[in-house]
Amino acid sequence: MEEILTCRGLSKNYGAKAALQNVELHLSSGRIIGLLGPNGSGKTTLLKLANGLLQPSAGEILVAGHKPGPASKALVSYLPDARYLPDWMRVGDLVGMFTDFYADFNAAKAAEMLSALHLSAADRLKSLSKGNKEKVQLILAMSRTAQLYLLDEPIGGVDPAARDYILHTILNNYNENGTVVISTHLIGDIEPVLDEAVFLQEGRVLMYRAADEIRETEGKSVDAYFREVFKC
Amino acid sequence: MAEAFDGGRPIYAQLVERLQGRIIGGEYPPGSRLDSVRDLAGAAGVNPNTMQRALAELERRGLVYTERTAGRFVTSDTQRIEEVRRETLESEVRQFAAHMQAMGCPPGQLAQMFAALAQPSDQPAE
Repeated sequence: MEEILTCRGLSKNYGAKAALQNVELHLSSGRIIGLLGPNGSGKTTLLKLANGLLQPSAGEILVAGHKPGPASKALVSYLPDARYLPDWMRVGDLVGMFTDFYADFNAAKAAEMLSALHLSAADRLKSLSKGNKEKVQLILAMSRTAQLYLLDEPIGGVDPAARDYILHTILNNYNENGTVVISTHLIGDIEPVLDEAVFLQEGRVLMYRAADEIRETEGKSVDAYFREVFKC
Repeated sequence: MAEAFDGGRPIYAQLVERLQGRIIGGEYPPGSRLDSVRDLAGAAGVNPNTMQRALAELERRGLVYTERTAGRFVTSDTQRIEEVRRETLESEVRQFAAHMQAMGCPPGQLAQMFAALAQPSDQPAE
């Protein structure tokens, strides 16, 4: 199985603070992987490094063997944790912009998802609620036929019914050879769709295991196991 | 949409039980074609790889088979289905009996209760 994301001795410091320390990760293609950890464990930093928004302090991160750059970005569909789309644009304009930017963007798929979630192409982003803005961003990210989807907290702000639809969308739309990395702390909601889980703690990889293996050996759900490991 | 799963057991094992239940219960008749892995996974709200693993287990048990181009089918071997059906029912009854015993209902009393259930006069069978 091909390796889609590789971290070797990856570290990132913000001044004196170590956000990631000596991370070793080798993620295969064709999986849905949960990137799980409490607040401040380094999830967002890892995803930003994979997208070249940050530079490693030490070690390296590779996407299908490429350092973050134009070659890797053609393969990666990234959903940042912050809103980054211009507020004045209409949903339809955004679809047009993504069509122009990404050769692998499927506008028909985007239109179908927008209509299922009752979002209109004529809506200005500014006029949408926080949850609906997040839905638009996620739809844009999932409408690409990417090799690697990096989704930073994709379901945090949306209601449970839309959450179900979004998980469904993720399941149905990622292509068979693609890998989806979902960072979240809402583990219970995404648990049934996960192949594997990475637990991050204070910038280190605590474990990387198959979700069903955790359930089998620990005798509890990934969610319950997470609560036990990170008990405050 | 998505099905609910018990926390402490692998999801694939729970999928095996559910799909097997539909085969021995006749919802998926012998020889019928199953939906694609992707559709089954979507309907259950689980990862396609997990569904694939469950289907592989059902193949190992001789309940489904794959025809390279046509897809995946429930076995036409009704004897095999009946065999698995009996094993499953017996195992369910044993578990139930153990559960009842734990609540102070010995097998003798359980048998009486079952016999009463079988009386047609009380309530029409469902």
